[in-house]
Amino acid sequence: MRYEAPDTLEGAVALLSGAPGEARILAGGTDLLVQMRADVVEPALIVDIKKIKETRAVAEEKGGWRIGAAVTGSELKEHPRLKQVWPGVIEAANLIGSTQVQGRATMGGNLCNGSPAADSVPALIAAGAVATLAGPEGRRDLPVEDVMLGPRKLALKKGEFVVSFLLPPRPPRSSDAYLRFIPRTEMDIAVVGAGVSLIADAGGTITAARVSLGAVAARVLLVPAAAQAIVGSRLDRPAQDRLEAAARAACAPIDDKRGTIDFRVQVAGVLTRRAALIALDRARTA
Amino acid sequence: MAKHHIEATVNGDAMEFLCETEDTLLDVLRDTLQLTGSKEGCSSGDCGACSVMLNGRLVCSCLVLGCEVAGHRVDTIEGVAKGQALHPLQQKFLEHAALQCGICTPGFIVASKALLEKNPNPTDTEIRYWLAGNLCRCTGYDKIVTAVKDAAVALRKG
Repeated sequence: MRYEAPDTLEGAVALLSGAPGEARILAGGTDLLVQMRADVVEPALIVDIKKIKETRAVAEEKGGWRIGAAVTGSELKEHPRLKQVWPGVIEAANLIGSTQVQGRATMGGNLCNGSPAADSVPALIAAGAVATLAGPEGRRDLPVEDVMLGPRKLALKKGEFVVSFLLPPRPPRSSDAYLRFIPRTEMDIAVVGAGVSLIADAGGTITAARVSLGAVAARVLLVPAAAQAIVGSRLDRPAQDRLEAAARAACAPIDDKRGTIDFRVQVAGVLTRRAALIALDRARTA
Repeated sequence: MAKHHIEATVNGDAMEFLCETEDTLLDVLRDTLQLTGSKEGCSSGDCGACSVMLNGRLVCSCLVLGCEVAGHRVDTIEGVAKGQALHPLQQKFLEHAALQCGICTPGFIVASKALLEKNPNPTDTEIRYWLAGNLCRCTGYDKIVTAVKDAAVALRKG
């Protein structure tokens, strides 16, 4: 097994494009090393992207925020501004694993691990985040909801990898929230995850929204019908009911040891409503 | 394929070692550098027995490759005491009998030290959340939390 740690995007792309066998990206390693230990993956090449500056940077860009794919959960939490601007995204990223895992785990890895239950992904999709990819044909941008196709299946071409995420500018009175259900208080895999991002006007009426659900389908879902259910409302009870119904209608979950289909569909409605209420509450003071 | 030749700073000392790509930092610490204080519990980042500091950040050394630490700083349980003088956390773990079989203890000490450096006066809840990634199979958690709180008092007094 070969290990390379290039310090340029071009170097990483060349390695990934030229690799004869399976190549894997190493960012925080909290999924990759576990899968290697369990013999789930046996890459011929590991490309550590942490020496590439862009993957490790957090910076304002075009009024929004660009976050490197290899920035860790701890670094996101400690950032002086992100938590105020994107509380839902940061709390979602910080729900992943223990303190030790937070010291290594990244949003790029969380997305590219290709799990429908990834916690940061519904929050990023709700936020309208765009992933910037580098590949043999240069860079391209892909909305986060289009990166994952199904469990362990990504829309990335050979030689491509996620360099960073761009979170859009935030107007006044906008905010987001992410909630998940797990059967214990900490450190578990989401049975359902719900991310909501919204913008309100001065009267508290929602003018724009995005809703995303995790762990209720083969990929993390963007649910436009759920967003439409609350735009134009002040999230009064009828709007909440429409939101819950739209969220549930979008679910196509599996039965597994963590939750049944019925349970997941039920909880998806509840969590979406609660996340929307938190996001609106935050937006009033944002 | 040839082994990787890695130079890193371990507990303040410049060290070099050879490792295979698949060797974890924990493998290197225990089997190559003979620093066996860091323990192997699960090898999947769930138990925290292998906790070390990597560039001042608490991590599980079983989830880091040895070749990743080239040029970086690693601090292990072996560097916590100064010579024969125990760190207040080690002293308080002894006084409060905050260990039973002892396998989880190095990880708890390293993780608690990281907490107290960030937060010198943590609440019980903050201690329990911070240490949630350190498992004690003997389930001696109450004494561990008490020892950490007492060590925090000792450290604040200086």
